[in-house]
Amino acid sequence: MSLGFHIVFAALGIAMPVLMCVAEALHLRTGRAVYLDLAMRWARGTAILFAVGAVSGTVLSFELGLLWPGFMKEAGALIGMPFSLEGFAFFSEAIFLGVYLYGWKRISPFMHWLSGGVLALSGILSGVFVVTANAWMNAPAGFKRVGDKFTEIDPIAAMLNAASFHEVLHMTLAAFVAAGFAVAGVHAFFLLRNRSSEFHRAALGIALILACVSAPLQIVSGDFSARSVAKLQPAKLAAMEAHYRTEEGAPLFVGGIPNDELKTIDYAVRIPKGLSFLATHDPEARIVGLEEFPRADWPNVRIVHWAFDLMVLCGMALLGLSAWTGWRWWRKQALPEGTWLLRALVLASPMGFVALEAGWVVTEVGRQPWIIQGIMRTKEAVTPMQHIVVPFIAFTLLYFFLAVIVILLLRRQFLESSHV
Amino acid sequence: MYELSVVVFILLSLILYALLGGADFGGGMWDLLACGPRAERQRKAIAAAISPIWEANHVWLILVIVLLFTAFPPAFAALVTALHIPITLMLGGIVLRGSAFIFRKYDFQSEKVRHRWGAVFGVACFFTPFSEGMVLGALSTERIRYADGQVTTGFFAGWLTPFAFACGVFALVVCAFLAAIYLALYTQAEPDLQNDFRRRALGSGLALVPATLVVFLTAEAGAPGVIHAMTHDGWPMLVACGISGCAVAAWVALWRRWFAFARLAAVAQVALILTGWALAQYPHVITPDVTFHTSAAPEATLRLLTFALCAGAVLLLPALIFLYRLFSLPEKP
Repeated sequence: MSLGFHIVFAALGIAMPVLMCVAEALHLRTGRAVYLDLAMRWARGTAILFAVGAVSGTVLSFELGLLWPGFMKEAGALIGMPFSLEGFAFFSEAIFLGVYLYGWKRISPFMHWLSGGVLALSGILSGVFVVTANAWMNAPAGFKRVGDKFTEIDPIAAMLNAASFHEVLHMTLAAFVAAGFAVAGVHAFFLLRNRSSEFHRAALGIALILACVSAPLQIVSGDFSARSVAKLQPAKLAAMEAHYRTEEGAPLFVGGIPNDELKTIDYAVRIPKGLSFLATHDPEARIVGLEEFPRADWPNVRIVHWAFDLMVLCGMALLGLSAWTGWRWWRKQALPEGTWLLRALVLASPMGFVALEAGWVVTEVGRQPWIIQGIMRTKEAVTPMQHIVVPFIAFTLLYFFLAVIVILLLRRQFLESSHV
Repeated sequence: MYELSVVVFILLSLILYALLGGADFGGGMWDLLACGPRAERQRKAIAAAISPIWEANHVWLILVIVLLFTAFPPAFAALVTALHIPITLMLGGIVLRGSAFIFRKYDFQSEKVRHRWGAVFGVACFFTPFSEGMVLGALSTERIRYADGQVTTGFFAGWLTPFAFACGVFALVVCAFLAAIYLALYTQAEPDLQNDFRRRALGSGLALVPATLVVFLTAEAGAPGVIHAMTHDGWPMLVACGISGCAVAAWVALWRRWFAFARLAAVAQVALILTGWALAQYPHVITPDVTFHTSAAPEATLRLLTFALCAGAVLLLPALIFLYRLFSLPEKP
């Protein structure tokens, strides 16, 4: 839950500094004031997001232990490493964010831009480290299991586990896509109201470049991820696709209502041999179905399947939008600002985050009932605390409240800038 | 060897968190308590001093936590299980402090709304260090027991004792004291403000005396191990003397307006308090059952962590020093 909240801020924290840096670099090169204004306003938004992201991240580092003491006790030595490194990356983020936000008049413009660059880089790095820890839960490595203890621990091998690479790539790009389209959508909204705004046009241009370049890459990395998951966690893949029976030339089901009892799926669109092709690039390949796993080891098929389809749907929609934008841009040789395109961008602005959250649900719920794939079940890891619901609800309410405030504040920041 | 080096790093991070992050909380307390004709100017100076650095200061706490769970996982698991409730409360305070501070800064709606955020920020600044002190104090109470990989004393042991409460209050006063001294230096260009903060520093310095006394009195029953070490073992006793010396030096220096020296003495005082406690506590994480030795992660993890910490220190310390130098004084108008 906290993660679902934090992940949005984390994604923005990774991508916003990149946008700010691009804007400031353009200012340094062209000397145009509008880019500087943009960098400063984006920086103010980032300040709000980062502060809330930082405190919610602190809560997370404790919650690992508060909620899953059993997990941390066993696995801390293995996955603590990326968290420690993330601590360093986060340190450097906090330092350079301070310099960036409050140092406009205290250091030279180039130094200032440089600190923005370090900020962006540490943001990406800290994302990378955290995701490797999650990847380890999906593809544990770097140890020998003797009885119920981990021995011969190798934290580096644990970080470089089989799922790390594809998860890191997919998540980093997801941050760029989600934040890029979200920002583009906001500025498109203001451009629709006021076409002449130089400010919003500049902003839209930068955000769109980031979004439209990342979106197609993201689809490629998604394909790569799917194939890795097919190899590493066949049960998760089967749940993602609501694939109950082991088959050769397995069909792909889109949508529909999976039925665990009958091992069928109702009302779905069936694409013959689609799944075999997607998972292995061979239309005749044999895909393991859920029936091969004990019922107790199944994740919640409906949730995983729907979340997966939602993610893919959003991804495809954004890919289409990127293609449209790119084509218009290429034809006009100038920033596209057709009314319909701008409207579509406004509509699409939350989609990246919807996909991000859905993807998170897929990877987390899809791993259940395991907390460490094939090794530890979630129920062995959770806290013995009985009334865990109480703090859970309290934090949920608190986060909801914070989210509302953040949105209101950001809105006000943007409304102010709309007069520029 | 590596185990000890990680322990030292954890202690250093904890000290730096108290010195830097603690002072940020203290700043928030003075924000809430701001009064007199210059109340608004006091608040402005506090906000200007804190804004660029509070996030970096806060990371020390995160570092303590990740080091603890990487290097001593069972100790971390025991700690967060036994102290689940106060830690959760503390986290609530941390979230509200950070959010309210940034909301106040960017919420231009009206003075009333900003005051409301300011109040939330100030209250959270009291609440958070209090619960942090309580959690640290609870570790020494010998009430939290641990056997066969499980905490056996439930969720209310330790932190509800008078000693833990006394530690919480003590932490509050220390934060306020540090913040007032730092702020007196920060406002050296505005003598009237500097005087305000000097008076606050002198006052909170005096308040440290009863706060310390209460900690010692409750420790007789509440944390016998620590008090025994402090009064019988060589090193902790030496440290205890050092603490008193620094406290007196800081107060006198404030009185004589040697602000830079006062800050140095106060910093040494707080560092010694934590070091003394750690020496008396070592090798226990949670007295009497959980020690660093019994909960240490395998050698490979500790070795790698030590290297990472050294490398991280080399990379980050210059950046940190740059940050503090850059923002050590207010911007010239």
